[in-house]
Amino acid sequence: MGPWGRVTPMNTNPGATRRLLTIITESVLETALTRDLEKLGAQGYTIVDARGKGHRGVREGGWEASGNIRLDVVCAEETARKIAAHVQQRYYDDYAMIVLLGEVEVLRPEKF
Amino acid sequence: MDPILLFFLFGLAAGLLRAELRLPSAIYDFVSMLLLLSIGLKGGVELAEQPFLSVLPDVLVAIVMGIVLPLLIYPVLRHVGRFKRPDAASIAAHYGSVSVGTFAVAVAWLATREIDYEAHLPLLLVVLEMPAILVGIVLARGFSAKMDWTSIGHEVFLGKGVVLLLGGLLIGWIAGPEGVEPIGPLFFDLFKGILAVFLLEMGLIAAAQASSLKRHGLFLLPFGTLVPILFGSIGTGLGMLMGMSTGGTMLFAVLAASASYIAVPAAMRISVPQANPTLSLTASLGITFPFNVLVGIPLYWKFAEWAHGAG
Repeated sequence: MGPWGRVTPMNTNPGATRRLLTIITESVLETALTRDLEKLGAQGYTIVDARGKGHRGVREGGWEASGNIRLDVVCAEETARKIAAHVQQRYYDDYAMIVLLGEVEVLRPEKF
Repeated sequence: MDPILLFFLFGLAAGLLRAELRLPSAIYDFVSMLLLLSIGLKGGVELAEQPFLSVLPDVLVAIVMGIVLPLLIYPVLRHVGRFKRPDAASIAAHYGSVSVGTFAVAVAWLATREIDYEAHLPLLLVVLEMPAILVGIVLARGFSAKMDWTSIGHEVFLGKGVVLLLGGLLIGWIAGPEGVEPIGPLFFDLFKGILAVFLLEMGLIAAAQASSLKRHGLFLLPFGTLVPILFGSIGTGLGMLMGMSTGGTMLFAVLAASASYIAVPAAMRISVPQANPTLSLTASLGITFPFNVLVGIPLYWKFAEWAHGAG
């Protein structure tokens, strides 16, 4: 457990859990994906540039066509399932994409 | 040999040897942005000195060429290359569009030799980025009412290349020769240095296509070298038709012969997702870009000289 694990400030709801949905995909999808996310009810998201290797080969991120992003969304279970199902149906066949779902504890549940 | 070409060969060699050399993507973005703006600015400044309507016929020629070139090679890709429909359409779109990097090298080549060219060629460069993208989308998907024309329009008209070139053209056109003088040191004096860094990165990127070249090279290698020669001669003919100078004819041939690697890959990835980007990038970056930069540009100059000698 990290240094913050046992801290329970006054205004938090200890033990509130949300889903952390992580999408790793081609940067060319960024605009389309963020539009989808907002439509499907995500309150916010974080995007970082990424590079790595998968079964579609090495994505070095040196220039536009080989750029990858990692997109993190913290949201309610239902929203996460909706987003996961949507991107799977819409993008899995044609794009390099990985979707991960995890559980995270949040300090201010009203934000997500 | 021109030092900027040595930078390209250096990048190519470093990439092939898998040297620990990697330009941060922010540098690549910055350098390609400067190139696009410089070309736009230079064109805009010179356009300011001539009546706008006089260039319209040439703009129309460029649009028609941008539509016809991909249609010429699509059947070859389908029947000789045996590519699937989306792949053939995407490669055809890449070759119908233009490469700003190749254009920049050709401009530097002419500048070194102090050869003039028509002021509106950068405008034709912008224009030629676009029609082939539409042709590629229609070749891949046919006409259908279901198409999301708003997002296709966004891809075609608001891509990075088109926006920066047009922005540069407008700024240069509004500011005029004296107006851009204070920013000249960055955009004009440093042009060749920026181009050298850009070509170093392009060498690394081209080298990264080597492994897929081994897999798909049998068709793509002859395709990626013969098509630019064919298109270069078409461009030479059209340049003559438009009454361009030898330098202008050569640059128009370069526009015809070059294959896109900025605007079209991004647009195709969004609008024709079934097309495998490896195929088109192997051809345009792994084969045609190095071919044009090293062999094509002096060759198209010969074409232009012959054409003008004969005419």
